Amino acid sequence: MRLWIGPLLALTALALGACGGPFPQSALDPASDFAWKLQHLFEGIFLWAVVVFVLVEGALIVAILRFRERPGGPTPKATHGNTVLEIAWTLAPAVVLVLIAIPTVRVIWDVDRPARGESLVVEAIGHQWWWEFRYPELGIVTANELHIPVGVQVDVRLTSADVIHSFWFPRLGGKRDVIPGHETQIWFTADSAGLYLGQCAEFCGLSHALMKMQLVAESPAEFEAWVEHQKSDALVADSAAFADGSQAFMQGGCIACHAVRGTIAQGVLGPDLTHVGSRRRIAAGILENTPANMERWIKNSRGVKPGSLMVVPELDDETVSRIVAYLQSLK
Amino acid sequence: MAVTAASPSGSAGHAHEGTYSGGLLSWITTVDHKRIGVMYGVSAFFFFLVGGIEALLIRLQLGSPESTLIDPDLYNQLFTMHGTTMVFLAIMPLSAAFFNFIVPLQIGARDVAFPRLNAFSFWVFFLGALFMNASFLFGGAPDAGWFGYANLTSTQYSPGIRVDFWVIGLLVLGVSSIAAALNFIVTIINLRCEGMTLMRMPLFTWMTLITSFLLVMAFPAITVGLVLLMFDRMFGTLFFNPMAGGDVLLWQHLFWIFGHPEVYILLLPGLGMVSEIIPVFSRKPLFGYAFVVYSGILIAFLGFGVWAHHMFAVGLGPVANTVFSAATMLIAIPTGVKIFNWIATLWGGSLRMRTPLYFSLGFIAMFIIGGLSGVMHASAAADLQQTDTYFIVAHIHYVLFGGVMFALFAGMYYWIPKVTGRMLSDRLGKLHFWIMLISFNLTFFPQHFLGLHGMPRRTFTYESGLGFEAMNLMSTVGSMFLGASMLIFIWNVLHMLRKGPPAGDDPWDGATLEWSMASPPPHYNFRALPVVHSRDPLWAADTTEAVPGDDPSVPEPHMPGPSYFPFVTAVGIVVMAAGGLTTALPVVAVGVALILFGIYGWAFQPLEH
Repeated sequence: MRLWIGPLLALTALALGACGGPFPQSALDPASDFAWKLQHLFEGIFLWAVVVFVLVEGALIVAILRFRERPGGPTPKATHGNTVLEIAWTLAPAVVLVLIAIPTVRVIWDVDRPARGESLVVEAIGHQWWWEFRYPELGIVTANELHIPVGVQVDVRLTSADVIHSFWFPRLGGKRDVIPGHETQIWFTADSAGLYLGQCAEFCGLSHALMKMQLVAESPAEFEAWVEHQKSDALVADSAAFADGSQAFMQGGCIACHAVRGTIAQGVLGPDLTHVGSRRRIAAGILENTPANMERWIKNSRGVKPGSLMVVPELDDETVSRIVAYLQSLK
Repeated sequence: MAVTAASPSGSAGHAHEGTYSGGLLSWITTVDHKRIGVMYGVSAFFFFLVGGIEALLIRLQLGSPESTLIDPDLYNQLFTMHGTTMVFLAIMPLSAAFFNFIVPLQIGARDVAFPRLNAFSFWVFFLGALFMNASFLFGGAPDAGWFGYANLTSTQYSPGIRVDFWVIGLLVLGVSSIAAALNFIVTIINLRCEGMTLMRMPLFTWMTLITSFLLVMAFPAITVGLVLLMFDRMFGTLFFNPMAGGDVLLWQHLFWIFGHPEVYILLLPGLGMVSEIIPVFSRKPLFGYAFVVYSGILIAFLGFGVWAHHMFAVGLGPVANTVFSAATMLIAIPTGVKIFNWIATLWGGSLRMRTPLYFSLGFIAMFIIGGLSGVMHASAAADLQQTDTYFIVAHIHYVLFGGVMFALFAGMYYWIPKVTGRMLSDRLGKLHFWIMLISFNLTFFPQHFLGLHGMPRRTFTYESGLGFEAMNLMSTVGSMFLGASMLIFIWNVLHMLRKGPPAGDDPWDGATLEWSMASPPPHYNFRALPVVHSRDPLWAADTTEAVPGDDPSVPEPHMPGPSYFPFVTAVGIVVMAAGGLTTALPVVAVGVALILFGIYGWAFQPLEH
């Protein structure tokens, strides 16, 4: 089937020559074993579809061109049917479908199963509208940015804190719904390092479109370093500004929902902020993690993400900037 | 109102200008299947435009990345109501318009089996549709998707009455659909004229019969789901509450056990129309009549065994996914058989390239694409990438717009001359066709690639830099032309009503009984009931059999008289629904009283004038 990738990509490129790109979130650019299985299956079905498309649309066009009414043309013969033909064109699609069904069933049994063998377990919990990630074996809790080692199978266990969501990193695997009251699973092994984009794929309310996430696949050594860093408590800087910001955060009401390990902040409703300063993005992947954006988010979270459940008390500008400075320092 | 606009006033200069005469009251009380058909058609087309405007607003918002034209709250209402409107308020009633107008004529009957029940079905639909759309005026329209997945629809995550409008509105519309379906089953089985065996029935009547059975069997499933949801929302039951042991997946099963047959409820009438139009314009009988009938039955039967293909990402496990993949692929076989038979009908024919044939051919060409993308996500594993993305949006529009709407437009261009007695402009019809075909493809073809490149559906915005900009813009531009093509159709119809040339009895040299009578037909349809000896009685009539014309020496048959009671009963149902919505018990009581009064009067009203 590998032989077909070339023509397929050529066709896609042809069809979309003028249609933009690059496509960093594309399912057609697989980067894991799981995604490649789906891609190969799709390529095979796609090629059959192209063959059937050409034959049937071709027959239709020939019929239209060849049998248009012509002045003085003969009266059409009143044929009522032909049993041999009927049987033939019942069997022909059946044969094509069998040829599609065989690899389909093979891949279904390959991917719709629990992870096998050694894997890194990650718990992903869907919330309106952000993702919580827990590494139960490593004791790490983070949000919206998942780190995994390249070449190691990751076993993602999915649950929801509220409504149905769907976990989807197009380049790493298909969707798996995140269902309250059920635990679902998906697994994959990233085959190259990089930053992968994902987002919720099941309509989950007002800001469904803004429920994004990122995945950093890195070398095992880099991953180990990241794990060690995440395991540590929040950094404490020895400066007046830090103490100031920390105090503003602890007293500003933030800790009712947010946790910063190693401090009195032990809230569980919102994302864990222990190392929030080290994340690439904030607000479930929709804003670059800059002081200006963080300030915007705290001051106007519902303007940035309509319906956001973050409750922010009245804070003056100076308190907000002190909190932002503190959070930014939590690398 | 709009209804009167579609009724030509004394148009054809025929003996039958009485068919549509009379004021508003005569329309409210009518039990004539033809008038009810016209009312279904005009109101369904109105809601088709409403759903279309909702779609255009959606496309405007998505025309550029991170657009702030429409806020997410309104966007979610628009996509919910676009789906709900197009399925329940546009395509289904548009099909019902054809069932009403055409089926009794095709089977040689004077009306449907239960004319007053028929009026009741229409009024429940029409008032229910107004009820559903009234939500826009009272705190916002439903916003949890046309599929209304639990537990997003719970009072916790959807407070207010938006979702209640949806739940109660759909329950009301279900009453209309089931009543109409039973009526057409009885009509088609019992009122066929002498000699019209089942295997001589026109294909459109066949597909109406199959669709009616689908309705009767599919609607109970969604009704159960909606009642459970209503109980959860209004009386605090916990069927769909996972915290209390309820199960959100129960809703998905109930919804899709209805929802997939619903796709064939939308599709089969269109397949029937095309199966009538292609033979007439090829001047050749339908190739493989029996195979086309049986494949329709098979599609309907298999349609009940494939619902979980909407749930491949749920994680039902490899056994369920294998079974539902295989069952879904099986449907491609009877569907393919139909397409091959249509092409074989064209083959060797003498194609008269008129507008109804254009739309029928456009239907086949687009439906093939929709069918092929359907096979792609019938494969459960491949579907894990496609489900809930724009790939599916493209697929359903190739099936429901490229398929069903092209077929329904073919049907409109074909049968409107029979309905109004006047001809639509063929030139404008072909202009409509080409603009619609090209802009349809410009709108929806790129969406396949948007989906594969990672754009999920039901999202009010997308980030720039993901490569979605150009294709979304193409799609938005296409949708505007698609909307504009509808204006050509509307202009064509309005122009026809004023100045269209008379159609005569049989403008297309049709094969079936509806072309044996005046256009518009007299209110009693047939003075003497016809006797048929073949599938194409009018074509055979040239040589071997005679279909009686409108012989004035035969006395006019007595027809059922008009009645207020179906309308009163329908009003009662919607009043009761409105009371339920606001839990205003006195209003519910008024609705119940109206219903009882309506049924009582209905039962004791004599049938004839």
